[in-house]
Amino acid sequence: MPWSETFLAALKDNDIRLVSYVPDNVLTPLIKGVTADNYFLPVNATREDEAIGTVVGAFMGGMRGIVMMQTSGFALIANALASLVVPYQIPAIMVVSERGTIGEFNIGQVLVARTMRPVLDALAVQHHTLTEESTLRFVVDRSIKQAMLTQSPVVFILSPLLTGGNPAGPK
Amino acid sequence: MATPGNLKVMNRADLTRRLVAKLRDQAVVAGIGNANFDLYAAGHRAQNFYMLGSMGLACPIALGVALAQPERGVIALEGDGSLLMSLGCLATVATVAPRNLTIIVWDNGIYQITGKQPTATSHATDIVAVARGAGIPNSEWVRDEAHFEQLISRGFEQGGPTLLAAKLDDKPGDIQPPRDPALVRNRFMKGLGNKMAGVLDR
Repeated sequence: MPWSETFLAALKDNDIRLVSYVPDNVLTPLIKGVTADNYFLPVNATREDEAIGTVVGAFMGGMRGIVMMQTSGFALIANALASLVVPYQIPAIMVVSERGTIGEFNIGQVLVARTMRPVLDALAVQHHTLTEESTLRFVVDRSIKQAMLTQSPVVFILSPLLTGGNPAGPK
Repeated sequence: MATPGNLKVMNRADLTRRLVAKLRDQAVVAGIGNANFDLYAAGHRAQNFYMLGSMGLACPIALGVALAQPERGVIALEGDGSLLMSLGCLATVATVAPRNLTIIVWDNGIYQITGKQPTATSHATDIVAVARGAGIPNSEWVRDEAHFEQLISRGFEQGGPTLLAAKLDDKPGDIQPPRDPALVRNRFMKGLGNKMAGVLDR
């Protein structure tokens, strides 16, 4: 199964219906899958921290959600993580398509990508880098369950090893 | 026509008390600073959510609650400075168009809590015009207290999204809610009838 279908199946297994996202090339198959399936409720946010807020509100109201973004978008959410998601103990589920590595052509993406894991580690936010489809469903399914059971956020980083990277990148 | 230049300057604590007096089970998400101080001062309700950071996210959080519970009226209380930080969320609200969402903007024209520095609304920016331009036609200035009472008497469960903006004086809030975010989150969820919360309270 394509990685994107496996990923969306794991979301369905865990009642994740709300998908708040800022578009990205690598995320395109996920976003297409979400918008083509009435199970999901897609919300196109203007900024990634806005998407976090919406998923937090929905969770408190009883609807599970996920935020989809790319690495540069992750750089906009440090405050939303540090002053909302982490202290309020919200199991926010996030997926980040990883730019800035393995064939990146934009130096800005390279630099901003270097801030991602240190920020997550500084806040002790669990993150998993997904590199292959064969283990993806297990990791995503169990990690979402862990997030919900421990009131803790989790971030899935989509490596170019999994996705093939940005289609606009060097061939 | 009401414009920012010919509106009565009102008081946030007074308007908040008038709002709370009208509420039943509606959820209220109050942005950082005085918006949530005055909400707490008006009398804690189980359906109140108090932010302690994440400036600008009151409307996105309220949008999420509104999507999760479409039958419940949801109100975001946000200051002008906070909303100016996240104007894009107005476009998202307009696109999603939840009928049960009301945004109330407390526009005192200053970043009150950081030392009363002026915001853009004290110069050129008209929040209601911005909201209408973002695609929320149900956006209007509150002319005076009686007009506010009339506007909030329409109910909050449908007819939205709606944005109401009020010009305010610079009086700060008197008391602050407890800074215990996990407790605030748990009690809010319980107030919304979320079964994940409140299991220890039986």
